[in-house]
Amino acid sequence: MKQLVVLSGKGGTGKTSITAALSHLASQDHESLSIVLADADVDAANLEFVSAVKKIKQEDFWGGKIAEIDPDACSGCGLCAVTCRFEAILEEAGVYQVDPIACEGCAACYYMCPSSAISMIDQLAGEWYRSDSRFGPFFHAALRPAQENSGKLVTLIKQQARLLAMDEEYDLVLVDGTPGIGCPVISAISGADLALIVTEPSKAGIHDLQRIIETTDHFGIPSIVCINKMDLSVDGTREIEDFCAKQGIEIVGRIPFDVDVTRAMMNGEPITTYAEGSVASHALRDIWVKINGILKDLVNE
Amino acid sequence: MIIAVASGKGGTGKTTIATSLSLAISEQSPLYLDCDVEAPNGHIFLQPSIEKTEVVSMPIPAVDSSLCNACGRCAEVCQYHAIVVIAEKVLVFPELCHGCGSCVLQCPQKAIEEVPNPLGLLEAGVAKNGVRFARGVLDIGQPMAVPIIRALKQWNVFEDESPIIRDAPPGTSCPVVETISGADFVLLVTEPTPFGFHDLQLAVQVVNTLEIPVGVVVNRDGIGDDRVNTYCQKMGVPILMRIPLDFDIGVAVARGETIVEAFPEYMPRFKELYDRMQELSNARDAGHLKSAG
Repeated sequence: MKQLVVLSGKGGTGKTSITAALSHLASQDHESLSIVLADADVDAANLEFVSAVKKIKQEDFWGGKIAEIDPDACSGCGLCAVTCRFEAILEEAGVYQVDPIACEGCAACYYMCPSSAISMIDQLAGEWYRSDSRFGPFFHAALRPAQENSGKLVTLIKQQARLLAMDEEYDLVLVDGTPGIGCPVISAISGADLALIVTEPSKAGIHDLQRIIETTDHFGIPSIVCINKMDLSVDGTREIEDFCAKQGIEIVGRIPFDVDVTRAMMNGEPITTYAEGSVASHALRDIWVKINGILKDLVNE
Repeated sequence: MIIAVASGKGGTGKTTIATSLSLAISEQSPLYLDCDVEAPNGHIFLQPSIEKTEVVSMPIPAVDSSLCNACGRCAEVCQYHAIVVIAEKVLVFPELCHGCGSCVLQCPQKAIEEVPNPLGLLEAGVAKNGVRFARGVLDIGQPMAVPIIRALKQWNVFEDESPIIRDAPPGTSCPVVETISGADFVLLVTEPTPFGFHDLQLAVQVVNTLEIPVGVVVNRDGIGDDRVNTYCQKMGVPILMRIPLDFDIGVAVARGETIVEAFPEYMPRFKELYDRMQELSNARDAGHLKSAG
């Protein structure tokens, strides 16, 4: 079983649309693979909208805890406010309260309170789902807005996907990643065999491509690159090619800007099923053949 | 006036809007803060000359083994499993530590000190048209963006009271909350596609949780359907600007140009956008005063 994660650094380069197309191509190809899908973008999860998902199981996700002060037990000494480094204890006219949004759940106040007036309360931070998608079992989640611990939820989703893939001998776990390079991205790439980085030939896209490549290198994950919306800038595309050549990173394909990609999204489908003959679909089929070859060449776990 | 530009979905045009907005009000010498510390791009458009830098560190525990008796109290109080005791030895995992200091306070042997662990960098300088610029940059391999954003917001590198434009990261979790909290107005940039629409709804929920006035910019207008419009109308969220789907705008932005420079006809529209946000924020304040009185 192999794990492929789709990343980008910059948001909006087309991770989810490309993941959906790859899930279709991987499972429908003449030498088709059995796949498990995971949406690791838990605070803006969109893969379900193009994967014809039927939810079959839903579970609560309990994130961290936050502090709560019992006003009856509180003596008003203010030690909690002095201890807290996150400005999460608010005082008004001698009455102390916790700002639940600022609280990081460190429990420093809980341990310091001489009146035992503080409790740590578990937070329902979201839900996660096991669904059936058109192309295989699908694990995804919805983090409640403004909640913490997205990295922990990403790890949970991926664990569930891997467990099923191992138990039932699936060939591939395909993970739709999140933008950026921080905690949810690090959770998304951990344990991956290969990272597909979707970039675009804009100055911002190239800048963030460099940061995500440094990140995958840092964690020792081999990377390949695909250039989306390649006709936005000829110079930009050349710049990406030069950068990747220097880094020894293979470019597995170039996808032209194609309004059919948005139409497919509006229709709730991957571009490769919605418009088989579109320029983007042609490019994606070539990309999948290359990725499949690279996955085969990776040493088996 | 502090304005945060956020989105939910990535790549909808936050930085495009935030940089053009900053240039449109350049006579007020605004401060543009790039809070997307994982993937900061504002410098590409505003081209600051960086004059000042500062390292952002988190205090992490360092255990004096001559004083430690491996009692395990530190591991027991740490909520992040950042400090553990294995075979009479204390191990610290810096990337899990939130720097709360609880282990230091609770150690009965007073065996723990704190040492700074660098997480990233703050940079500041003056950019195009006198716009002041500051940004945070998270180090590669570091998971935690929030302490950098917090440090950036508190960095007193420019002291006077001019408008602040905060450019937020994508998503709806802690780095976004840190960026928008304390703002007077949140401008959400969306696109009328199913992904843009879904993430806009989540972003509106976040902003409502923090009770900050909110408005929307519809970018690439015409690409999708009408659901963003219907939703905004239903929720009473004003749509303050529409930018049509235009390949030429995409090409200019890809080259690193701001909209107001590449298409000067947008200059008055961005000025107007700023004025509208100021009015809406003032109206909210007046409403609060009335209801408080």
